[in-house]
Amino acid sequence: MPQLILEQALNGLQFGLMLFLLAAGLTLVFGIMDMINLAHGSLYMVGAYLAAAATQAGGSFVLGVGAAMLGTAMLGLLLEMTLLRRLYARDHLSQVLATFALILIANEAVRIVWGAQPVMLNAPDELSGPFEAGGFSYPAYRLLIIAVGALVAGSLYMLVAKTRLGMWVRAGASNREMTEALGVNVRRLFTAVFAVGAALCALAGALLGPLLAVQVGMGESILILAFVVIVIGGIGSIRGALVGSLLVGLVDTLGRAALPALLRGFLSPEAAGSLGPALASILIYLLMAAILFFRPEGLFPARA
Amino acid sequence: MALYVSSPRRQVLALASLAGLVALPWLAQLLEQTFYVSLASRVLIFALAATSLNLVVGFGGMISFGHAAFFGAGAYCVVVLAQNGVFSAWLAWPAAVAMGVLLALLIGAISLRTRGVYFIMITLAFAQMAFYLVVSLKSWGGDDGLSLAQRSTLGWLDLKDDAVFYYVVLALLAFVLFAFDRFAHARFGRVIQGIRENETRMEALGYPVFAYKLVCFALGGGLAGLAGALIANQAGMAGPNLLYWTQSGTLLVMVVLGGVGSLYGGFVGAALLLLAEEVLVGLTPHWQIGLGLVLLVVVLWAPRGVAGLFARKRDDG
Amino acid sequence: MDDPRPLLEIREVSKHFGGVYALNEATLAVHYGEIHALIGPNGAGKTTLIHTLSGTLRPDRGRVYFSGSEVTKLAMHERVALGLARSYQITNIFPRLTVLDNVALGVQARTRDWGSSFRFWRPFSADRGIVEEARALLERVALGALAARCAGNLAHGEQRALEVALALATRPRLLLLDEPMAGTGPEESERMVELIAQLAREVTILLVEHDMDAVFRLADRISVLVGGSVVATGLPEAIRADPAVCRAYLGDSTETPP
Repeated sequence: MPQLILEQALNGLQFGLMLFLLAAGLTLVFGIMDMINLAHGSLYMVGAYLAAAATQAGGSFVLGVGAAMLGTAMLGLLLEMTLLRRLYARDHLSQVLATFALILIANEAVRIVWGAQPVMLNAPDELSGPFEAGGFSYPAYRLLIIAVGALVAGSLYMLVAKTRLGMWVRAGASNREMTEALGVNVRRLFTAVFAVGAALCALAGALLGPLLAVQVGMGESILILAFVVIVIGGIGSIRGALVGSLLVGLVDTLGRAALPALLRGFLSPEAAGSLGPALASILIYLLMAAILFFRPEGLFPARA
Repeated sequence: MALYVSSPRRQVLALASLAGLVALPWLAQLLEQTFYVSLASRVLIFALAATSLNLVVGFGGMISFGHAAFFGAGAYCVVVLAQNGVFSAWLAWPAAVAMGVLLALLIGAISLRTRGVYFIMITLAFAQMAFYLVVSLKSWGGDDGLSLAQRSTLGWLDLKDDAVFYYVVLALLAFVLFAFDRFAHARFGRVIQGIRENETRMEALGYPVFAYKLVCFALGGGLAGLAGALIANQAGMAGPNLLYWTQSGTLLVMVVLGGVGSLYGGFVGAALLLLAEEVLVGLTPHWQIGLGLVLLVVVLWAPRGVAGLFARKRDDG
Repeated sequence: MDDPRPLLEIREVSKHFGGVYALNEATLAVHYGEIHALIGPNGAGKTTLIHTLSGTLRPDRGRVYFSGSEVTKLAMHERVALGLARSYQITNIFPRLTVLDNVALGVQARTRDWGSSFRFWRPFSADRGIVEEARALLERVALGALAARCAGNLAHGEQRALEVALALATRPRLLLLDEPMAGTGPEESERMVELIAQLAREVTILLVEHDMDAVFRLADRISVLVGGSVVATGLPEAIRADPAVCRAYLGDSTETPP
């Protein structure tokens, strides 16, 4: 039993950290430019595909991940400078639709290049086995994801919370006009933030690739989870994104594992069997609705 | 946008289109292309769904990204009732409308507390909630959805006949558009447009803004529920894809293509999108890339949609 | 005064943001029929006071009474229904609607005269009186000739007049004017002063204004807000001579009472 709980908690942590990699970029884009970018999930998808292709070509997973991050950052840069820029001044409806169009285009483009079938992305062989310590065993690769995720999340958090650059970013997210008045080039700052966000998407896509299928449409489901995260955390707040990610990751994973069993305690096995998974799959949306009901601007509102 | 005023030119166009649509099954029969009657029903049903969304987005100014939830709720309502032996349209369709209204009241009561981006996201989340709920309910067919054993029964009308079904759908859509026109000119319609234009000012004039928005949202939900009831009949099933978030996105695309806040925007957008899809599918398996590009162009260069292209520039002096 | 109770009464209202008190036990009474001006240096809490009066902010402590009943916890629209209307410092109109539609929306809001607006079928034009009244209102603020124009295209001074007309459309018993002269030129200011003087015959006015010349010309009584508290209330001459008021304005060179 403790093995199971610990395992699920680690799974939740791993999922939460990966969500944070996506949510971090998304929340800053949202916060600074007041821009909804649905295509954020497409960057995640493209990152995973690039990692698979580069790993196959170069024979090294680490190299593949690096190449994917670089490539996706470049793509993000290109996208920001040519297209998204035109949308900042537009209303949310236009942003939703334009980036919805980008999703359609990205999905079809990936289908044209890589085909409709999922592609394989294998974890390095050294990490394919379980990690064992004191009677507890857990897949080594997942442990690596947790380590990398925690490292990146930690340094990103420090970067935004403690450095001068981070101060500009935070200032930009809470009050863009004021930050511009202070002489910060918010445009350029934002282009940089967008590229970094894209690279983080690729990192998440590449790391999750061996666990989930690398396929068209993989970006959409996780995109919506990332939105849930930043809405829970408060748009524009990196701290909110971190707390929200871990919350969503843990609640979702533990809910799926525990709810059916929990419900069996006071419902018939039949009812529990059908209600359990249903309830587990909407748990995080319930969480979000509840949080927004009491705090309509999320847990850590960035704007005063 | 100024307050909605119907122009005689548009009314003439609308009546001409109506005449064309009435003649369509007869023409299809003549050309032995009866398949098109079924396609036309589908277009009209989506026109109804998109119109209901335009009520919320274009007139109410509430950018709902979860409209598919009400659409899907209506569809499932009809199918589940049919499974329990209720086939009468007199019962099932109003039930679908009521389902849409109730769901919209529930979702709206929570979502309308938030503003801007938060509203978009929370409506999206609620629709996803409905989607996952439906997918994980085994008794509702999970991923595969449920099929409808037979179309609803409506008095002496034989809805199994595609042409009859088409005329029923057309009549409903025409009535809804007529009612929508009345609505836009009635006091409620003016208030809701005022809220779209300046919510704080409306509050300061003494309007209970929240209540107006909620009622408008619920009306949209109810109409979407009706559209859902019809689509279940047209397709002979209800599947979870009806509630998926891309469906909400597609409905928004229709509204924007046709013209946000234009009475016939939903109709025009649905017709354009579905017919373009029909043509593109025949040309290339990668037709969605074309759709995406067209959509990008429309958003960037014709944000008021087709209605905007035809609107005369008004001179306010 | 025949009615000894004030129309609007604010009793020891406090509101703080973080640790800073924007209002600190502010107390104020506006009597029937008067033009009561509220002045004070920047940052004195005038904006916060307006928000607590109109209902966008709830005070932490203290109470607000309007014509005898407590309104501290009422929503903005409920206060408007009781007869407490406001105009905005930064023009807050419906810029994309016509001038007439702007005012007609205001007139239509009065449920006590027109009934609720939850009417979905009967055309708005069936209630002829609404448009007629809106036109009459526009004549009163000298915008009659511009009724068909798009409100966003009006000159600044005309928009300020429309702003006042919108507040008037609700037929308030108390009109809360938040810096009606803000940004207007001398000529437009003059017209606004005339308009306010004329309105004061029918409605009680609480005037928050920086233009001291206008304040001293119009006000029956003046209250001075400093550091979140009302430090003085009295007739204009008394306020002019009040040493506490002079002290409060010292160091704020832009606003010296004449």
